[in-house]
Amino acid sequence: MMLLSGDPPRSRALTLLLVVIIVALAATPFLFPGAKALNVAAKICVFAALVASYDLLLGYTGSVSFAHTMFYGIGSYAIAIALYGMGPNWAAVATGIVVGLPLAVLLALAIGLFSLRVAAIFFAMITLAVASAFQVLASQLSWLTGGEDGRSFQLPELLRPGTVLISKSVFGFEVNGRILTFYLVFAISALMILALLRVVNSPFGRVLQAIRENRFRAEALGFRTVFHLTYANCLAALVAAGAGILNALWLRYAGPDTSLSFSIMLDILLMVVIGGMGTIYGAIIGATIFILAQNYLQSLMGAASKAASEAGLPLLPGLLHPDRWLLWLGLLFIASVYFFPTGVVGRLRNAGGKGALH
Amino acid sequence: MTDLAATDPLPKPKRDIAPILLPVALALLMIPLIGSTSSWLTLTAASLAMGMMIFIMASGLTLVFGLMDVLNFGHGAFIAVGAYVATLVLAPFAASIQADSLWTNLAVLAPAALLSMAVSGALGLIVERVLILPVYGQHLKQILMTTGGLIVAEQTLYALWGPQIIPMPLPTSLRGSFILGDVAIAKYRVLAMLIGLTVFIAIQLVLNRTKLGLLIRAGVENREMVEALGYRIRRLFLGVFMTGSALAGLGGVMWALYREQVHASMSDDLTVLIFIVVIIGGLGSIGGCFIGAILVAMVANYGGFLLPKLALVSNILLMVAILMWRPRGLYAVTSR
Repeated sequence: MMLLSGDPPRSRALTLLLVVIIVALAATPFLFPGAKALNVAAKICVFAALVASYDLLLGYTGSVSFAHTMFYGIGSYAIAIALYGMGPNWAAVATGIVVGLPLAVLLALAIGLFSLRVAAIFFAMITLAVASAFQVLASQLSWLTGGEDGRSFQLPELLRPGTVLISKSVFGFEVNGRILTFYLVFAISALMILALLRVVNSPFGRVLQAIRENRFRAEALGFRTVFHLTYANCLAALVAAGAGILNALWLRYAGPDTSLSFSIMLDILLMVVIGGMGTIYGAIIGATIFILAQNYLQSLMGAASKAASEAGLPLLPGLLHPDRWLLWLGLLFIASVYFFPTGVVGRLRNAGGKGALH
Repeated sequence: MTDLAATDPLPKPKRDIAPILLPVALALLMIPLIGSTSSWLTLTAASLAMGMMIFIMASGLTLVFGLMDVLNFGHGAFIAVGAYVATLVLAPFAASIQADSLWTNLAVLAPAALLSMAVSGALGLIVERVLILPVYGQHLKQILMTTGGLIVAEQTLYALWGPQIIPMPLPTSLRGSFILGDVAIAKYRVLAMLIGLTVFIAIQLVLNRTKLGLLIRAGVENREMVEALGYRIRRLFLGVFMTGSALAGLGGVMWALYREQVHASMSDDLTVLIFIVVIIGGLGSIGGCFIGAILVAMVANYGGFLLPKLALVSNILLMVAILMWRPRGLYAVTSR
């Protein structure tokens, strides 16, 4: 309970689902051999943390930001540029972290303070514009960021796949640097999610919810809503940059497509809504569903598309083409905003009947 | 104060002309910086044409927000749909487009533009009924729903037309430029300016001089009151939404001809641009939107000429500067 900050899943089905996901993630290197499964698991971990940080904004303060990938990108690029420029050593990792995280927070502070000056409804539009400008900058400053190609880099000795920590003869499985990196990603993501859970269940988190429900009333009660919203923005940016660092470490690469593109922003939005806004657990569920779909639905759709084209159906092969999987998730997204706005987590919690939050 | 007789006209509200002077001042300031008058004139004409096109695309968005309080993040989809629909007419009649006669060219272009407007307007009807009707008054859900709509529309375009870029050549008679002295002004830009001005004047006349416009403006001020007077404001707003979508479709065709290509991702780039324009203009203000569009185009063109690297983020800098001056945009219409 202490670990979960007094906010347990409150639904038997949800608890079971979460336990299955977390155990499966933790045991991936041993349960599902192969590089693809490990990649999918690492991506789920990174995105669960990233989506949870976005949920702090969307679900808890009710403000829609389109600049979240910018902070994610700052983290990714900071570590990538440091490791690229300073060589694969731990000092470079530390430099990337020490530069990247404060930079993200400062930028979040700037956006927060700037958007406070203007009408509240501008926030979503302004963040969208700022994020697109940042993306242009990242692709133009190629001497620093590598432009469209991004930056590939080497990891420190300990985290490389070639480094064998426990050989196969001892344990039945080989534990190498790659698996160590995976557990690093897993552990730090888990820590960040737990920290966010702590934040939203603190008095500060309650104030955020109060602001979401009725900003005017929260202000009338004496809360400095400006301070709280800016603080929440900075915290979310910090965790997003952290997730960006993990993602870059795992991929050994940072580039516009993997860390900055608008489609990642849409993915995050989809994950939050499908998982359930205003519940940090929703981030884990949403990220898992989405990334599994992204990686495994496509082959299913490919088979269906092929079958449809062999049957001579018009249009359907195009709609079922593996590259169109986002179309179906988009429809699912609209349906979930409309039919179950509380997402999977809200649904499961309400189905239990007791302890309904909303 | 002198006494006012009952027959005297009401005192007119003071005109706020500072924003109108802004693009003029910016253009004049650029003359010494650019140096050559002929390239300044060419750039200014280019800015005006580009600005008019952006205005056509953005006007629908600002109308919809100002009148219906709906934040439509899917507005870019109407632009892309309009451009794609135009290819349905332009591709089969490629021969007429290549013909060296203005009237033959226009005989194909005009139906293409009208069809685009009809299709994007009809799509607007569906979007309003299906996506926006359930979420009136809830900004968060509006943003989510319309963003979902944008994803679906873009993916459907990919599914129907494929992911490749479709070329959209300009008609022969609109290629090239008029040469006046030593100034070259592209023909298509003149056409774009004419259409843009027509749309702007038409919207202003409808809003300010007709009963329909009176009802729309009244509906923005106080929706319940207009409803209580017996007008079906829902239907009126639906009409406004469809008009906005149709204008976006028209803008999409014009932009695609300007760039001479169509691609589903054009909606992403343009969405950012038109958001900047409506923010600069002040949400809901047609005049502000017009000035904002021209300012954005000017900054893009002059900036691209003087400092090409900076031009890429110039519209953000412009937006920041304007919002520092007027935090609600140039002309804030709504009190929201």
